[in-house]
Amino acid sequence: MIHFLVHEKADTVGVATVDIKAGEQAQGLFMDTQKTLELKALNDIPLGHKIALQDARVGDTVIKYGHDIGRVAADIITGAHVHVHNLKTKRW
Amino acid sequence: MSIPKFYGYRRENGRVGVRNHVVILPLDDLSNAACEAVGNNIKGTLAIPHAYGRLQFGEDLALFFRTIIGTGANPNVAAVVVIGIEPEWTDRVVQGIAQTGKPVKGFSIERSGDLATIAAASRQALEYVQWATELPKTECSMEELYVSVKCGESDTTSGLASNPTVGNAIDKLVEIGATTCFGETSEITGAELVCKERAATPEIGEEFMRVWNEYNDIIVKYKTDDLSGSQPTKGNIRGGLTTIEEKAYGNLQKIGKKARYEGVLKPAEAPKGKGLWYMDTSSAAAEAVTLWAASGAVVHLFPTGQGNIIGNPILPVIKLSANPLTCRTMSEHIDLDVSAILRGEMTLDQAGDRLLEMIMRTSNGRLTAAEALGHREFVLTKLYISA
Repeated sequence: MIHFLVHEKADTVGVATVDIKAGEQAQGLFMDTQKTLELKALNDIPLGHKIALQDARVGDTVIKYGHDIGRVAADIITGAHVHVHNLKTKRW
Repeated sequence: MSIPKFYGYRRENGRVGVRNHVVILPLDDLSNAACEAVGNNIKGTLAIPHAYGRLQFGEDLALFFRTIIGTGANPNVAAVVVIGIEPEWTDRVVQGIAQTGKPVKGFSIERSGDLATIAAASRQALEYVQWATELPKTECSMEELYVSVKCGESDTTSGLASNPTVGNAIDKLVEIGATTCFGETSEITGAELVCKERAATPEIGEEFMRVWNEYNDIIVKYKTDDLSGSQPTKGNIRGGLTTIEEKAYGNLQKIGKKARYEGVLKPAEAPKGKGLWYMDTSSAAAEAVTLWAASGAVVHLFPTGQGNIIGNPILPVIKLSANPLTCRTMSEHIDLDVSAILRGEMTLDQAGDRLLEMIMRTSNGRLTAAEALGHREFVLTKLYISA
């Protein structure tokens, strides 16, 4: 069963398509290559929310759709919930 | 592929509509009460109250008239009764709508009062509604449709599935020669360079950038924080969207993969030909859809994640969603459930075909969820303070 989808190979986050529980081994699918990946969720990730595919430090860029969607505002560990607490816009 | 046919209304100017409204249109806020009284007196008519029309000036006034006249001129409207406080601007609206060749008559309240105006306007509305309800539907082709697109209360399922479904339908509509339009200037922020590249020519791309920069300058001038909660909205954030950049890339999925936009339109301006067009609009649903209705769109595609419930008085708004929670808890608002895409049980191509089928059903007369639920949000875009 697929728990999260990744838009593109270059992305650093995936999107939960079901509610993922902390500690769960989550199965992911790259939508462009159809390759699968697996990682352990560190937090609860509600449906539609993002899961980190790799570690990131404050100031790093988060990539989704193969593009820059903002800057890391608090360090991120692989499998963590990525949202307003650790990702901010670069625009406004 | 053979182009699908449906039964619609071919208007005096040759344009095709999918609804047959007799609209009671106020020039200004003061005339809402009389319009609503006429709408109540004469069944089958539709009053469209709004908040403006007084002391506006310059480009704001031009946009006001473009929106009001465009609403009356829309092919989904058979005939119009205009009521205004005074005769001159009332007549300006009447003359604008009359250019389509459709029946339209104006009434003004000063020197008559509400009651005499309501009586005279009701007699005219009765005549129009009896005429309009006898108009036969004629066979029309899907390529004659003008379809607008805008999403609302998006979440990440919008970018994954419902917006690309709209994009798939747009590619197919443009291929058969239909007219389509997207906009939401502020919500392209972060993906503006990608949007620029989708213009048919470099000059059109530069024009898009000029419009986008102008809009963004206003946001930057007036903002007091990073806009989190306003843009993205609290609903967007609840659904998992974090930044405007993320929202923008999801938003742009709606214009498909192939179509290039043929020009940049002012708010409420009609497209100048077939294909895909870009219109400078706000990203607020009711404001933007009102502008598209005024530009002549006859069907609107509205993907939603968390469940924006918007409708429009004259423009059928087709809702689709890929969020299984929204489709389950708000099913009465959703015309097309594409959540199967997220489970890998439906392809985007299949979803796009289902959406085209829903456009045809809607064009043949099926009421959208928003129409059946009485959603008639009519919200004028105001550019600045009144004089």
